[in-house]
Amino acid sequence: MATITRRQVGDALAQQGILIAFAVFMVAFTLANPRFLEVDNVFSVVRSSAILGIMALGVTFVVISGNLDLSVGSMMSFSTIVVLDLHDQIGPLLAIPAMFAMTLCLGALIGFLVGYLRLNSLIVTLGMLSAIHGLTLTYSGGQNMDIADKEGTWFGVFGQGFALGIPVPILIFVALAALLGLVLARTPFGRKVYAVGGNSAAATFSGIRRGRTVFVCYLLSAACVATAGLIQASRSLGSQNTVGQGLELEVLAAVILGGASLMGGSGTIFKTVIGVLILGFIQNGLLLIGLPFYVQFVVTWIIIILAVWLDIAAKRGRLWSPIA
Amino acid sequence: MTSVKPVLRLDGIVKTFPGVRALDGVSFSVMPGEVHALMGENGAGKSTLMKVLGGVHQPDSGAIHIGEEVVAIADPLEAKAKGIVFIHQELSLAEELSVAENIYLGELPRKSFGRVDWGKLAAETDAILKRLNVRFDANDRVGDLSIANQQMVEIARALTVEAKAVIFDEPTASLTDAEKVVLFDVIADLKAIGVGIIYISHRMEEIFRITDRISILRDGRYQGTVATAETTEEDVTRMMIGRNLDLSRNASHHEMGEVALEVRGLSCGDLFRDVSFEVRRGEVVGFYGLVGAGRTEIAETLFGLRVPSAGQIFLDGEEVRIQSPADAIAHGVSLVPEDRKGQGLVLGMNCRDNMTLPQVDEMKTGPFVAEGAEIAIFDEYRERLDIRTPSWRQKAGNLSGGNQQKIVIGKWLSMNPRVLIVDEPTRGIDVGSKSEIHKLLRALAAQGYAVMVISSEMPEVLHVSDRIVAMYSGRIIRSFSSEEVTEDSLIQAISGLGGDQAA
Amino acid sequence: MRPGALSKALKGGAIWGFIVLELIFFSIAGEMVSLSDKAFMDWDNMLLLLKQSAPIGIIAMGMTLVMVNGNIDLSVGAIFAIAAIVLLDSMTWPIFAGLGDRAIPVAWLLALATGTALGALNGLIVWKTGVDAFIVTLGAMLGFRGFVFMFNGENPTSHLNWTLVDFAEAQVLGLHTATWFLLGATLAVWFLMARTVHGRNAYAIGDNREAAVNAGIRVGRHMTINFAIIGFLAALSAVVFYSESGSVNPNDGQLYELWVITAVVLGGTKITGGAGNVIGTLGGVIAIQLLRKGLGHVGADTSTVNLVIGLILIAVLILDRQLNVKGKEALKI
Repeated sequence: MATITRRQVGDALAQQGILIAFAVFMVAFTLANPRFLEVDNVFSVVRSSAILGIMALGVTFVVISGNLDLSVGSMMSFSTIVVLDLHDQIGPLLAIPAMFAMTLCLGALIGFLVGYLRLNSLIVTLGMLSAIHGLTLTYSGGQNMDIADKEGTWFGVFGQGFALGIPVPILIFVALAALLGLVLARTPFGRKVYAVGGNSAAATFSGIRRGRTVFVCYLLSAACVATAGLIQASRSLGSQNTVGQGLELEVLAAVILGGASLMGGSGTIFKTVIGVLILGFIQNGLLLIGLPFYVQFVVTWIIIILAVWLDIAAKRGRLWSPIA
Repeated sequence: MTSVKPVLRLDGIVKTFPGVRALDGVSFSVMPGEVHALMGENGAGKSTLMKVLGGVHQPDSGAIHIGEEVVAIADPLEAKAKGIVFIHQELSLAEELSVAENIYLGELPRKSFGRVDWGKLAAETDAILKRLNVRFDANDRVGDLSIANQQMVEIARALTVEAKAVIFDEPTASLTDAEKVVLFDVIADLKAIGVGIIYISHRMEEIFRITDRISILRDGRYQGTVATAETTEEDVTRMMIGRNLDLSRNASHHEMGEVALEVRGLSCGDLFRDVSFEVRRGEVVGFYGLVGAGRTEIAETLFGLRVPSAGQIFLDGEEVRIQSPADAIAHGVSLVPEDRKGQGLVLGMNCRDNMTLPQVDEMKTGPFVAEGAEIAIFDEYRERLDIRTPSWRQKAGNLSGGNQQKIVIGKWLSMNPRVLIVDEPTRGIDVGSKSEIHKLLRALAAQGYAVMVISSEMPEVLHVSDRIVAMYSGRIIRSFSSEEVTEDSLIQAISGLGGDQAA
Repeated sequence: MRPGALSKALKGGAIWGFIVLELIFFSIAGEMVSLSDKAFMDWDNMLLLLKQSAPIGIIAMGMTLVMVNGNIDLSVGAIFAIAAIVLLDSMTWPIFAGLGDRAIPVAWLLALATGTALGALNGLIVWKTGVDAFIVTLGAMLGFRGFVFMFNGENPTSHLNWTLVDFAEAQVLGLHTATWFLLGATLAVWFLMARTVHGRNAYAIGDNREAAVNAGIRVGRHMTINFAIIGFLAALSAVVFYSESGSVNPNDGQLYELWVITAVVLGGTKITGGAGNVIGTLGGVIAIQLLRKGLGHVGADTSTVNLVIGLILIAVLILDRQLNVKGKEALKI
């Protein structure tokens, strides 16, 4: 019986491992530097994680549905550049919905290719990464984009504003996480996402339309990207046209860290948020104890592999792979 | 026989996993030139035993003798080196590679600098293929071969080493009758050259046709070995399950209702042609035929997964067009698919979610799934179908085959379908659960459901059906009532020999 | 001729057909818009094109091997940068000061050894932990990039050695040094994949991993060797490129993994493994470089290259789908 108990402990570790790791980090960093847990610092971490986090929410849907999205980084650059450009041309009130519509079109295109045409999502989104990057460069004429009258616009509210003493990006992140968390965990659509990612054939044999489900996942992802782009643009009221470059892999790292399987069918919004916060707090904590920023890259590497490894090890019941 | 030494002898093999005694003192021996059947319900320990033989698991105690020698088998490679060769149920071939490369997979002949010795490879492969008398070439891409030919490639692999014992694990699962004959010829050839053969199968007719002796496992324990010629199916079954099985013909007769499903002149390309039949409420119609006769394809067409090229489908007398599974479900057509794990269930999802998956859109309170109602449905069908699971939270993948099948059946019953199609209801399910599923299908008919059962097992079809439709090569050859059917006439019909009477 | 050989040949040759189309298109379009009076299909231009293909191309050969093996490597850009830094930095180390130009081969060896070791590390992690290669190398992409920054912070690392530059700029039989390395890498990997037991086993593993395991193929070892090889080739690519340029930024090599994968997929390698070859990959690499140069030649914005390559990648996927479209009566799942 002792073995069973050990197994249960292993399972519990695998299930809650990421939370435990999170707690350990928080305690360690707080001991190293008491400023770590001060409200100001926590706000600044969450605020700077919000953009990555919001994108990770959408990608969580895509990953659970059994697909990948490598295009979110360049799509975010696109949204940022477009909304900044349109801001000066048609005003912020129209620019925001116009930007959302354009980003959603890109999401719909990917969703169509992966969902309805059933093309390999890795290659499609790799192609879209490149294509949207080119689109953004062409749109911006290779120039950085700035709002002409930075003082005279209310557009900065999404990135710089406060409400109830809390930074607006955090509010948006929390609200979206709560909303999408409910969608994924409690609605029929969320259930279908798990089914399609868990076993696409079985989902089809249960009357679920796989194509439509995947399509909506990519739409959701694009909507999250557009929101992230909005916050990015609003925060600095100007941007380079490569602002999102490389974010796709960081986003994916956060989602994987949260425990979603790349095979699809598992993961939750809550865990993704934890994954995002771990990345954010590690980055911040390492800086606070005086290490250069690039140390976080190495730490992230180790954490990602450890997290996934322990998860797999718990499932197979042994630490090392038996493969010869 | 006493003077002949066994090629392979197992002596008191014990293997335990955490909490389970998977093998508990298994001992038997295989003689040279003997076809030795290994039988047992699922979970009896056959696959664990094979993994021990294949070097995947190490036994806790007991000894494996090959010839005179006691051996330890550390890994699959060593098993092969010692002359134990496996022909797996699921083909393990690299489709993109050539026949020759597959036959010598893992053992390509080498030249200097780690190069492949293509000349030697071709020569050796040709020699083996000649022995097997096959009609494909060493350079053919394996992915381009038929399933039967791919299996021949697997068998050819067995001939590359000095095989002492060849283990066939459910080899006929996906073979046609003609292909089976070829396989049995090859087994006879192996037998003739003194190879010992372990033959694992659930199919009694094959066991009694080709094996010399039968060893039986139950719950990891060795139940004994009997000479095939001196035993009966019933005896073997009794040893496997420890009780008598009711394999009798369906005798219950209750009132039939209206015609629920009528199919007229339905065709789908070359898969099946001009198929017409009807299923009444309260009736179980069994579809019997060989693999590839078009039965599963009819079911898939009725369920909206294939586009018919001609014909009409009527439900309760009204013509319907079914273009997707969602359409089918909306019209009350349900399908319990053949491939339970691949198509029936999301194994990583809990039992409740699996059961309510097709109706999750309808079960809402506000925008959310009504989980209380879902649990109520699950509990209802858990009771009604006697699904044994500690809780709805259990992942479907953790249940036994029989309980999994009941989840899939419950999934559709809870939607109160007009027509329930069950494809291979007991494939891969142990004998005990089999009879439960059979009873369940009968009970459903008695409750007034229209049930279509597709099966490749004659006892099953005879047992559950009110009427049997025999198919051959995409056509319905004959339809039998349960009174008139005989085994002979059924076999004739599915071999394309029977009458021309349309269903 | 094997059955299906024709369709296979067509598939394998498609990328070369595309290259011919590109050549024709840009030659004609170049005549019409003609920004420069030089013809597009100028010999020197083509030689330059090959040379410019080398950095991506050399890595792409390794990626072909790794992808055929059923894995992927996202860390090649970071390995590329580390190897470059090791190359340039080590030549300035005091212990090698007495060697003069003989420090060059030492620096080369150190850089190549570093790349090989990092690749092997990835391979060992994939093998021993059983974590998917995508995740392992995604992490390594970040981790190795961290190592890059540890050398010199955010500053570039520079060391120009004129002997090296001369070597890198040399032309033997008309071809640049980098081109020779590209062709050499292609030939070597071709030999490895098509002729050796290791290469054939790599195909088998990518095609049907379980079958390979059952056949006693030492899957983990083969995968680790292949990761070491791609690490080596990423380092070789850096060695060839930075011998000439002499200066490396800590962000160099970013997004290389994406370019490399694009070239490999365009060259016909199956994303799930088991099929593909380096000749196709060479075609993919050349096609991309041709597109870059060609678009520049007809005066298109460089940004258009990204757009066009992305769209071509997707178009290839759609086309492939249409060519392999199932019959009407096929199962709709």
